[in-house]
This record gives sequence, C-alpha cells and structure tokens, in this order.
Amino acid sequence: MTASRPPSAPTPRQNSLRVLLNQLRDASDSHRSLTIVVAMAITTALMYVLPGLPPLSIVQGSNIWYDSFANAGVFVLLAMGLNVVIGMAGLLDLGYAAFFAIGAYAYAYSNSPFSHTDLPFIPMLFVGAAVAGIFGILLGAPTLRLRGDYLAIMTLGFGEIVPIVFLNLDKFTQGTNGIGGIYRPEPLPGLGAFSPSSPFNYFIVMVVIVTITMILLYRLQDSRIGRAWNAIREDELAAAANGINTVTTKLLAFSLGATTSGLAGVFNASKLTIVSPDQFLFTVSFTVLAMVILGGMGNIWGVAVGAFVVYNIQVVFLKSINGIIETLGIPAFDLGPVHVNLAKVPFSDYQYLLYGVALVLMMLLRPEGLFPNQRRRQELHIAEEFDEGEQGEITGAMGAAPGAAGDAGGTL
Amino acid sequence: MTSLASPAAPARPIARGLRFGGIAIAAIVLYTVALWLALPIFSPLTSAQAFPVAIQQTVNALSIGAIYALIALGYTMVYGIIELINFAHGDVFMIGAFVSVIFIGGIMGQTGPVENIPLLVVLIGGALLFTMPIIGLLNVSIERLVYRPLRNAPRLAPLITAIGVSFILQNVALVVAGSGDRSAPQVFPLGWHLELGGASISVLSIFIFVLALTLMIGLQVFISRTRLGRAMRATAQDREAASLMGVDQNQTIALTFLLGGMLAAAAGLIWGLRFGYVRQDLGFNSGLKAFTSAVLGGIGNITGAAIGGFVIGFIENFASSLGFSRWSEFLVFMVLTLVLIFKPSGLFGHATGDRA
Amino acid sequence: MSLLEASRVTKRFGGLVAVNNVDFTIPEKSIVSLIGPNGAGKTTFFNIIAGIYDPTAGEIDFHGRRVIARPKRAWLEPILWVLPALLVAIVTIGFGIEGRSDGSIILGLALTVLALMVVLLIGVARPPKYQRFLVRLGIFKSARPNDMVVTGLGRTFQNIRLFQNMTAMENVLVGMHTKLGSTWIDAILSTPRDRREETAARVKARELLALVGLRGRDDQLAKNLPYGDQRRLEVARALGSEPVLLLLDEPTAGMNPRETQQLTSLISRLRSELGLTILLIEHDMRVVMGISDRVTVLDHGEKIAEGTPDEVRRNPKVIEAYLGTPPAEAPETESPGTAVAGTTGPVVEGSES
Repeated sequence: MTASRPPSAPTPRQNSLRVLLNQLRDASDSHRSLTIVVAMAITTALMYVLPGLPPLSIVQGSNIWYDSFANAGVFVLLAMGLNVVIGMAGLLDLGYAAFFAIGAYAYAYSNSPFSHTDLPFIPMLFVGAAVAGIFGILLGAPTLRLRGDYLAIMTLGFGEIVPIVFLNLDKFTQGTNGIGGIYRPEPLPGLGAFSPSSPFNYFIVMVVIVTITMILLYRLQDSRIGRAWNAIREDELAAAANGINTVTTKLLAFSLGATTSGLAGVFNASKLTIVSPDQFLFTVSFTVLAMVILGGMGNIWGVAVGAFVVYNIQVVFLKSINGIIETLGIPAFDLGPVHVNLAKVPFSDYQYLLYGVALVLMMLLRPEGLFPNQRRRQELHIAEEFDEGEQGEITGAMGAAPGAAGDAGGTL
Repeated sequence: MTSLASPAAPARPIARGLRFGGIAIAAIVLYTVALWLALPIFSPLTSAQAFPVAIQQTVNALSIGAIYALIALGYTMVYGIIELINFAHGDVFMIGAFVSVIFIGGIMGQTGPVENIPLLVVLIGGALLFTMPIIGLLNVSIERLVYRPLRNAPRLAPLITAIGVSFILQNVALVVAGSGDRSAPQVFPLGWHLELGGASISVLSIFIFVLALTLMIGLQVFISRTRLGRAMRATAQDREAASLMGVDQNQTIALTFLLGGMLAAAAGLIWGLRFGYVRQDLGFNSGLKAFTSAVLGGIGNITGAAIGGFVIGFIENFASSLGFSRWSEFLVFMVLTLVLIFKPSGLFGHATGDRA
Repeated sequence: MSLLEASRVTKRFGGLVAVNNVDFTIPEKSIVSLIGPNGAGKTTFFNIIAGIYDPTAGEIDFHGRRVIARPKRAWLEPILWVLPALLVAIVTIGFGIEGRSDGSIILGLALTVLALMVVLLIGVARPPKYQRFLVRLGIFKSARPNDMVVTGLGRTFQNIRLFQNMTAMENVLVGMHTKLGSTWIDAILSTPRDRREETAARVKARELLALVGLRGRDDQLAKNLPYGDQRRLEVARALGSEPVLLLLDEPTAGMNPRETQQLTSLISRLRSELGLTILLIEHDMRVVMGISDRVTVLDHGEKIAEGTPDEVRRNPKVIEAYLGTPPAEAPETESPGTAVAGTTGPVVEGSES
C-alpha cells in the first residue's frame, strides 16, 4: 500500500535545508562512531553545566544532579540492553531485572567485607557482565525455540525466582539484608576509591560506559547479525529458509541483553554499595520495559533518551513536583464537589499507575514509541492496513508469523 | 478431554465422569500416602502423628488447587480463543478478592465467622452474585477497550499491553486500599470440622472444593452443550471459519472473558474466606502459578487447566508441608520449565508445532 | 549421480495423508517439475525437502548423505544436555563434602554452570560434528530449514515471503547470510575483515540483482516493488546462499505472459550458466512443458506419473486427474496447445498445492 499524492514542489529554501539535513544524516551514518562521541560529549557538557543554572538548580544541588544522572545512566544502559532483545530481535523479555541482579550480586561477592574479597573494578565490570550473559545463555538456549508468549512467561518466571533464590540462600547472600558495605570502585590504583561525596566520578564513568555501549550497539545493528535480527522479526520462517539459525541468533540478542544488564548491575552495586533482593523485583523489569516502549523500540538513541527522561521524571520530578507546585503558587481548586489541591497529591505513589496507563496508551496509539525507528513504525502499522480477512497473511513485526497456516504450515 | 478446540461432549459422559473421578480419587489417596511417608523424614513428626497431618494437608492442597484451577481456566480459555496470554488475569482475580471483601465486610457489614447457616448461605451466595458479574464485566471491558483494538497487531503488542493493564489494576488496588495485607472477613467458620481417621478436616475446605468443582462442571456443560459454548469452541478452532458460519466474533470473545472473569471472582471470594487477607500483589503471585497450571494441562484445554491447577496446588502443598514453602515458587517455575522444554503442549494439549 | 533422493516419503497430519509413499530423485543439473491439481501435496512435499516438516516416514538423501527422515529418539537429546552438567556437579560438589568450604561449593557451582552453558550452546548451534555424534547415539533429528541451506538448498515461497520493510539489497544480503563469515565480534570491533567482507558482499548482491533483472533497484523497499519484481527478488535472495539445488514454488504465479517468459529464460540460464539444479512447482503448463527435463505428477499425495513432458502430457491418468473422467470437455485455458490444462493463472493464496 504505497499510493500517495506527489508532494507539492518545495521552495528553494526548503530545498537547501533538506539537502543540508540529508548531508548531515549521511555524514552521521558513515561516521557513526564519531557522531556518537561528539553527541555524547556535547550532552555531557550540558549535563555538567546545566545543574548549576536555574531551573535545575532550584530543584536540587549540582552534586545531587550528578548523582541522579549517574543513576539515570544505569537505566539508560538497561534500556539499551533490553532494546536489543525487544527492539532488535523482537523477543519479549519480562525478567530483565534478573540479570541486573546477577551482575550486582557478582560484584557484591567480589568486593565486600561479607565475602572478604576486593577485586578491581574495571575487570569486574567485564566479569559481572559475562556472568549475567552466561545465565542469559542458560535461560535462553532451551526457551528461545518456544513461541513469543511462552518465552515471555519463562522470562517472567525467571525474573521472579532469581530474587527469591538470592533471598533464600541466605548463607551466601544474607537474605533480606543483602550484602552491604560494598567497596567503592578504585579504577586507577593509587588514586583512591570514589567517595560518596563526589558522585561526579560515577557520572563520568557512566558516560564512558554508555558511549562505548552505544557505539558497539550501533555497529551490531548495521551488521550481518543486525540484518538477521531484522529478518527474524519480520518473518521468522523466511529467515530460517535463508540459512539463519534462528535459535542461536535470538540467543545472541538475548544474552547480549543480559550482559548489558549485568554490566549495569555491577555499576549500580558499586554505587549504592548495597545489594538486596528487593532491589530487583518485577517493577524494575516493568520500568525498563516501559522506557523501551516509550522511547521507541529499535531506536538506540531513542530508548536512551526515553530512559533518561523517564528516570528523571520518576525520581526527581515526581518527588519534587509538590514543592514545585507550591513554589509556582498554583492554588487549590474545586472540580465540582471535589476539592483538588495539586500541591498535596502524592504523585510519587501513583507513578506505577501512570506507567501502566502510559504503556497501554502507547501500545494502542503509538506503539513505535516517541522516537520511532522508521522501519519499526512501518512494521507496526502494516497490520492496520489489512482487513480482518487477510489477517492470516500478516507476519508479525515482533515475533514469528502468528500460527497461521499459510503455505508452510507449522511455526518455527 | 474437553478442550476449546477439539470435538466436545464425549459420548456417555457419566461413565467417563465416573472413570475420571476414580482416577482422581486414586491420585488423592496416593498423595496422602506420599505425604504420610515423607513427613517423618523431613519433620520431627512420628509416623503415627504424620497420618492425620497428611490428611489435613491433602485437604489443604485440594482447596488451594481449586483456587488455581479456577484462575487457570480463565487463562486457558482466553488463550484458546485469541491466543493471548492475558497477563492481567491474575490481577482480575485479585480485584475479585477485594470486591468480595467489600461486599461481605463493607456492604453486609460482617467481620467474623457466621454460625447461622441460612445467613451464611445468603452471604456467600450474595457475594458470588455480587462479585461474579462485576468482575466478569471488568474483564469484558478490558477486552473491549484494550485488547480488541490490538487484535490484528503483531503478537507482542497485546502482550505488552496486558502487562500494562496488570500494572494498572495492581496500582489502583494499591492506591485505593494501600499496601500490605487487608483483612478479609472469614465468615465461613474455620472451626467447623469433620473427624476422619484422627484428622480434623475443615468443612470450609470441603465447601471450597465442592464449589469449585460445581463451577467447573458448570463451565464444562456450558461449553459442550449450549449454542454459545459451541460458538466458543468453533472460534477457538478456526476463527475465520466460525465467523463465516455466522458466529459473532466480538460477542464470543467477550463471552469468554466474561466467563473467565466470573470464575476468577469466585476464586477471589474463596481466597478471602480461606486465608483471611487480601493484598494487591495477590494476583501477581497466584497468576504465575495459575498460568503454569494452564500450561501444564495444555493451554487451550479446559479439563487440562483444571487438572493442572490441582497438580500445582498439590506440588505447592507438598513443598510447604515438608517445610520448603520458601521454595514453592521455585518449584513451580521448575515445573513450568520442564513442561515447556519436554512437552510444550502440556499433558492434554495439541502439539503446538514448535520444532527444536 | 542424483543430487537428491527421496524414498517412500510420507506425511500425515493427524488423519490426513498429505504425501503418500513418494519416491523422487533429482539428477544433477536438471530441471524437474512437480505438478498436480490443488491439494495434491506438492507444497507439502516441497516443505519436507526444505526442512519445514518432518516426514512421518521415508528418507531424503542429499549428495548421498541422509538429511531428512523421521526423528528418532529426539527426547533423548535434552537429557543428553543435562548429563554433563550433572556429572560435573556431582564430581565437584560431591568431592568437596569433606571440608566443604563455601569456596569449593561456589567453585563447583561455577563449573557446573559453565559446563551446562557450553553443552547448551553446542546443542543449540548444532554444528555438523554434533549432529554426527547424535547419529552415533541413534538420535536422529531431521534437518531444519537453515541446515538445508547450509547443505546447499535455496527456495522461494508460493506466497512471496520477502522481508517487506527491508530494501532489495538487504534482502539479498540476508540471503547471503550463510556465506558471510563475520561474527558479532567482528561487527562490534569493526575489524578490517568485517568491513572488507561487507563491501564484497554488497558487490556480489548487486551482481545477483542484475542477474535477475533488478539492476539499480538496490535501495527500493521490497514492498514497494511491483509484483513481478518481487518474485525475481525472491529468486535473487535464494541465490545468495550459493545453493546447488533451487526449489521454486510457483515462481510465475500472477505474472503476465511476458514476465513469465522472462522468468522462464532466467531459470534456464540458472541451470546453464550457474550449473544449478532446479525443482519447480508450477501450474503454468507452458513453463512446465517448455523448460523441464522431467515432470512428476502428484495427485492426492501420490505419484501418478513421471517422465518427459510429452510422456506426461499424453498420460491418461494425468488427464483424468486434471480434468476428471474422459471424455474431456473443452479445457478452459489461456495457453493454447496444451493437452493438459488444470488451473492456470494465479492460484488463490494460501491454498494447499
């Protein structure tokens, strides 16, 4: 369905603007890594400077902002990782927090008084990520040949039991108390460990991690394996018929996602200096899922921005919104018989409710997210172009062709 | 075995029912014996002491199994008809529990056991008549508002949306009722007992089992013998063909959700009566177990879901009787894993066609 | 020497026998056609060769090697996967029982996990050595579609199954997936080898596109291509894996006579220039009769005739299958001069052929 009227002729100024934008886009496409570094540098500079200026300085102090940014970075990392699983490969992983936990506990074992070990930070970043990746393979290998719905349930179950296991094996994990007193990172020997009063160090480390991860993910997206993921997402049977081992390809996405989650876990543990099972409940998986959907599945920078924005709304603004309303002097008003005082409404308590509503509305109205990946937008709306009658021919943009019997019968 | 997508109303139902009942009784007896043997190993009880405990635990298992079975039926019916895992179904059960508490505690003003049998009948009957339609309608509305627009969307879209709905339901309950346990009036006296072999069996457990069984048989009869039930089976088997035959898709699907919701509501009432508390994460915990039950029995298969519910209830009970209640979720997940790896079609389901 | 030998292949779906005891060989560098009325089992047979269905009975050998047959003892495989990890667990944790320090338990667990992971990876990737090992144990798992591609098979689909939202170039590149060696590590490190391979791949893809007559259409989205071009793109994609046997499922369906003629000559060139062997399902008798070395006729899942196009055309059983019992009415056909006419023109999508 490609019919459209020819666009009316653009003006000369529109033309040159468009040409310029296209040139920019082409330049950024061919020098991707450079673009990312430049963009991240600019963004970092902004994040360094803006907290010192109003309105940000009114909400909280600079140091606290850097702290928030570093924490937001954890979720940016998580969202980018989940994006590989959901956005690129089209697999629904509902237990993402489990790998986050595995990475965190791995670091906790390596750097706490409880385990009497103190291993260096940077290698542990890799080790923790790898351990999480291994568990990704363990979970994924037997389950990725199942249909999307079943995979979702299995991951959900896995996400449930990992915190339970950590909770119950209290000989190794100290149960509900978790493992505390985790040593802060000392990335370069001799310089001393990060101190709690300078979150800026964490912030810089996170920026570096995010930049490198982004570069690597973009390379993956444009590679042979990225094409394979696209193919599987569009039509799994056709992908297999062209030689793609769908199980190993999906497994790669799944375990890379797990690895990224583990990486975020290591960082998070080193920053919070305590890990406990209730940090890794389903709400975390759900939040990251919401970030990916809202940001735009399949769009790497989209989910990064989405995660960053959502995190700040959740942690910073929802908490301070009452204060802001009071400062702005918004008065209480009456909505019919109901007296509404916005300054007193506990928005923080409602945050997950808001997420749920936002998620549902997004899926109904704009499933491609706020910053859509062009290709995904087309895939997601293709279904609307068909009637009920042709329903059997639609191949899923996410997941395999719904079990319709087409010309090949059974599903893969 | 009756499934939504296979020929139904088997011949000579009474004979089959009897044979089925015989197997069920044998299984229950075996379970009691197994517990009786295992208890002395894992607990300080002696063999003689273990016997009545084993009987009591078996009865417990039946009542928790009944709850899972009722919820599992909702999952399996919806999956059978539109191939959607309704993640929000567990939370619908949770809302049902809350609503029944509102009826019994709020509207009828009860706070404790009611010895007066006619009044008790009115209370429980009234709770069912009140809660089941409300929750049924809730389920239908969710389908209408949220799932129907996405019926032709790629498979993951309604799944993700269902999760959103699940979260909405949980948090609405959280906002309205606060976190933490809220007490549910256990109007059915817990003290009523029957003596059997030295064990005192709670009449409530028997009542729960009978109630659940009645509802399940009722559903079975409805599906296999009524016109609407036939429409449901046809739609589950081949949606296009059914609609070509004049079956109204939307109505049939809505009916499925209605029935699932009603059963979940009954399960919610039972939960309140049995455990005395309701909580906003009830649905999430029980939902996973109920879904495992449905998968175990063969997703899309009604009888399978019911049996699966009891099996999971028994597994959970076995673990907690022997002191491993902390690991019960782990065990259930292991069951799910094993089923999905070795026999994704479940005990009674059709082959899903997944190839290794 | 036959490229492909199928013996007694049978496929049952519940009570329905779709393919019944079919023997079929494909000589190297030949063009053979499979025809028959709708519902005869042609596509099912195709799908068995392509690895999408496991046969209920019978075997298929490719280049003399058994690739497809009814699975044997498949349930043993998951057990096989768990066994090494179990052994490692027993050995490491069990032996650590005296002086059972926490460290040794953790070490034992770590080793178990690693063992399990390695085994699972091998089990999932199914390299040839692993498959041979399974056969030695009496476990046979029929080749899956992607295995058949590695073996040397390419195929197109009856209903076009291109990757609609990818460009023509990208579609062909996916087709070349098995011929490109760069792994995800090469990709993230952007090694010179990876970049060289990508560039070379694009050059080759362009050649394939030109071969099928789609020169210059690299960046067009597949869904925006006209119908005939989409069919050709599917062929180009299938050629990407450098197959030795090409399965074409109704490649000319929905094409006008000129396009049909072009595709037919392309198929011919594929054999003469690239040395491919081709198996064709077709309803258009001009194509079948014009280009096939040998024609096989299926009806109700059984082979009812096989031979040169002329022999088949005159075979009374074949005529009966297509037209019903003689005397034949004037066949309604757009193709003059064929004695056998069944359905010509586009087949309704989704029907069993």
